[in-house]
Amino acid sequence: MKITTKIPTRPLVLGLLVLGFSAIVLGRAQAGGGHFYSPVADPVVKEECGSCHLAFAPSMLPASSWKRMMGELKNHFGDDASVDAATAKQITDYLVANAADTGGRRFSEKLLRGVSVASAPQRITELPKWVSEHRKVPDWEWRHKDVRTKANCVACHADAARGYYDE
Amino acid sequence: MRQKLTLTLLAAGLALAMSGASSAGPREDQLATYASAAKSANPTFTRFAVERGKTLHTQAFASGKADTPACTTCHGKEPRAAGRTPAGKAIEPMALSASPNRYTDPAKVEKWFKRNCNEVLGRDCSAQEKGDWLSFMLTQ
Ligand code: HEC
Ligand code: HEC
Ligand code: HEC
Repeated sequence: MKITTKIPTRPLVLGLLVLGFSAIVLGRAQAGGGHFYSPVADPVVKEECGSCHLAFAPSMLPASSWKRMMGELKNHFGDDASVDAATAKQITDYLVANAADTGGRRFSEKLLRGVSVASAPQRITELPKWVSEHRKVPDWEWRHKDVRTKANCVACHADAARGYYDE
Repeated sequence: MRQKLTLTLLAAGLALAMSGASSAGPREDQLATYASAAKSANPTFTRFAVERGKTLHTQAFASGKADTPACTTCHGKEPRAAGRTPAGKAIEPMALSASPNRYTDPAKVEKWFKRNCNEVLGRDCSAQEKGDWLSFMLTQ
């Protein structure tokens, strides 16, 4: 039984509530096959883009998406995520260099399928491939108090911060 | 009172030692900056009040975003316990005693006051509000 050997190695930061929930869902997440997206390694990006939510892997969106997002940080999904100009440039350079259609290509071939790079999508959770991977997740799981939003990857993918979305 | 001050200074010293910063007491400096701004905005201002800071932290406002009515929405009711953002990310406790590395980077403190006061109150916090809130957390 795969899952019992995984639980003790999960990061402690998750908290017990989340752990309980993810144990239910992860059984299925693990059945999906191998998927790794190199996590953010730059400390500035981790700090500035990882305090409100998981610092999303740059290889999950194309460079055009990151450029657009970085130009609109004052109204970032309704939040003010703006940073000073020098920091913004550093973050943009990192995200663009490791994006799904640049340095992060080897992780993201499938995820970008059917995506028009020119449209600069802003949500990972609206990419066609992401939607189809999650089509079997029932409604009550999205609404669960430990999940609440699709962007809360860590609630179900306990190892997302290390780049793993299956095991 | 003296015990609390000692604790604050100790924690500040520890954080300084670990961050290798050179200026003395970034928290005290920032409080002093807020105090002089509060004084010039209101000549009757004398000192920050921990109780007012606690009220600011726990009060629900109707002027900001509906889904974040209070600081405690994200930071939790207990300052020594961890909080959580709407997108599910854990936030380290805000009380200095529980997070001894906090409030040593004035730019970080200012950045989050700006963001979070706008989220919760729908406006910037005044220098006095910031000083009150910070005084509350430093003594928790
Ligand atoms: C002040 C808080 C805050 C900061 C700082 C922040 N974000 Fe966000 N971000 C949000 C919120 C709120 C959402 C919407 C989450 C939801 O739908 O539940 C979001 C959503 C996102 C999404 C879309 C998630 C999805 O649904 O696929 C991406 C990508 C993203 N942020 C990237 C970034 C990057 C890059 C940075 C750093 C420059 C950053 N964020 C900094 C608050 C923040
Ligand atoms: C409510 C729980 C839940 C949330 C939240 C969630 N996922 Fe998933 N995810 C799953 C499940 C369950 C699967 C497996 C689907 C299957 O195998 O049928 C999955 C599959 C995946 C896969 C494919 C893995 C594979 O092995 O094929 C990726 C990549 C992924 N998720 C990324 C994300 C990202 C990025 C986020 C946050 C933006 C996220 N997920 C949020 C439950 C969730
Ligand atoms: C929407 C969620 C949210 C709300 C509401 C919120 N905060 Fe925060 N706050 C955060 C996050 C996320 C951080 C950065 C993470 C961290 O420092 O651990 C933060 C950090 C801070 C910091 C910087 C701490 C440091 O170490 O420098 C201060 C100061 C702060 N918040 C004050 C407040 C005040 C005052 C309120 C109420 C008016 C408030 N916050 C409401 C999410 C929130």
